[in-house]
Amino acid sequence: MLNYDLVVVGGGPAGMAAALKAKECGVERIIILERAETLGGILEQCIHSGFGLTYFKEELSGPEYAARFIDMVEKTDIVVKCDTMVLDIDENNLVTAVNKKDGLLKIQAKAIVLAMGCRERPRGALEIAGTRCSGIMTAGTAQKYVNLDGYMPGKKVVILGSGDIGLIMARRMTLEGAEVKVVCELMPYSGGLNRNIVQCLNDYNIPLRLSTTVVETHGKDRLEGVTIAQVDDHLQPIESTKEYIECDTLMLSVGLIPENELTKNVGIAIDRVTNGAVVDEMRQTDHKGVFACGNVLHVHDLVDFVTMESQLAGQGAADYILGNAPAEAVYVNTTTGNGVRYLVPQRVNVKNPNDVKLYFRVGKIYKGAKVVLEIDGRIISSKKRPKLAPGEMENVIISAAELAKMDENSTITVRVEE
Amino acid sequence: MKRELTCVACPLGCSITVEYEGTEVLSVTGNTCKRGDEYARTEIVNPTRNIASTVKVVGGVHPVVPVKTSAPIPKTMIFDCMKEINNVCVNAPVSIGQVVIPNVLGTGVDIVATNID
Repeated sequence: MLNYDLVVVGGGPAGMAAALKAKECGVERIIILERAETLGGILEQCIHSGFGLTYFKEELSGPEYAARFIDMVEKTDIVVKCDTMVLDIDENNLVTAVNKKDGLLKIQAKAIVLAMGCRERPRGALEIAGTRCSGIMTAGTAQKYVNLDGYMPGKKVVILGSGDIGLIMARRMTLEGAEVKVVCELMPYSGGLNRNIVQCLNDYNIPLRLSTTVVETHGKDRLEGVTIAQVDDHLQPIESTKEYIECDTLMLSVGLIPENELTKNVGIAIDRVTNGAVVDEMRQTDHKGVFACGNVLHVHDLVDFVTMESQLAGQGAADYILGNAPAEAVYVNTTTGNGVRYLVPQRVNVKNPNDVKLYFRVGKIYKGAKVVLEIDGRIISSKKRPKLAPGEMENVIISAAELAKMDENSTITVRVEE
Repeated sequence: MKRELTCVACPLGCSITVEYEGTEVLSVTGNTCKRGDEYARTEIVNPTRNIASTVKVVGGVHPVVPVKTSAPIPKTMIFDCMKEINNVCVNAPVSIGQVVIPNVLGTGVDIVATNID
């Protein structure tokens, strides 16, 4: 059995940032376990630019952003094991992993950072009628084919879902000579960033049809076409609006699911909205010494925020390992008010001496609405935002001074006021 | 003339209003930073974009390596630029920032690798 102070599960941007921060805080023995062949996670296939504007103050591509962290990890004595799959974490923080070289690995950890990221909702999660012909894949799978394998998966493309990966792939396929016929979005608004609608769809005259979905796929061996239809207010397809579109490829960009099998096996509480662990302000789960950060905790829009959140988790893990965490913990749950779908962290230790940032997403598009933070019934902040959208993560800050005034009976609520 | 734009300079995606006559920009409003102002002005006169793609690698780990334009190129040249990118092939090892195509189509912009291979 191996002994480490900190085991980090996942070597993407979250895992690397957490491990580096813990190292910086003085943790000695750290190991990163990564399932893929290299560190970097999903960034390796995100070759478009737009990464790092907040964190590095410059615009980088995904691989460039990852490379900066890979370089930093390589300059430390952090141990990295790639091609290594973590199979289990038990209640005593014993990690079981496997790879071709070492066989079965048992690693006893003082603390663990969960940074497994997320995966895409697959076709099976949507109820689309039709055969199981080839040519139907998630947008991320298509992105891997094109950007890492150098392989074009199709020529005439329909995309269902207007999340950022779908929009990015609409442009990528167009650049490589494919015809992207339409991007359909079930909701009356896009799930992607506005800039991506402009630079990925509008620039190439690719139509975006809102309140529209794919109801049937056609084709025997290879996809030959899809039937799309508009949906009513209850998101049900309207029969009279059905339309056949010829295509050989259907890409799905219909949401991301945090990959929390390991988390659930330990018995860690999961938030039903985020599908990630319930955590405190240092991203510690309800299982002592186990932290979670990045897309495994809640799906982020920007890697810069993943990095910053993971540094918090790395610091939290270091404090835990080195005995620097606040001796006393008094937890207050954060409550979602009108218009707020979820809040991370779900609970705050009011004995924490620092400001705490609460991240959240709204349920629909608001223009000129106010974001209100209420503590013990008092309005602490009320700020007007020009626009709030489900596709864009927002935040509010609780100052250290406010935290100091709170006790176990306190309440924290964030709501939207129109 | 008045045009409403969505800024693509950063993920905020500010709504910008530009007033202009011909190619002369009279006013830019709605932007929340300097980059937004610059974006709006170029968008009216000569819209430009960065592009990212891949080029073939011989002897590398992966069959392709990602590349990008070192600076934005005119929007009208995007597909010509893609043709150039699809015509080249590099030998491994490739390093980040390595120039794969210098001065593509005479734009003064290089095509550079964005990963190692």
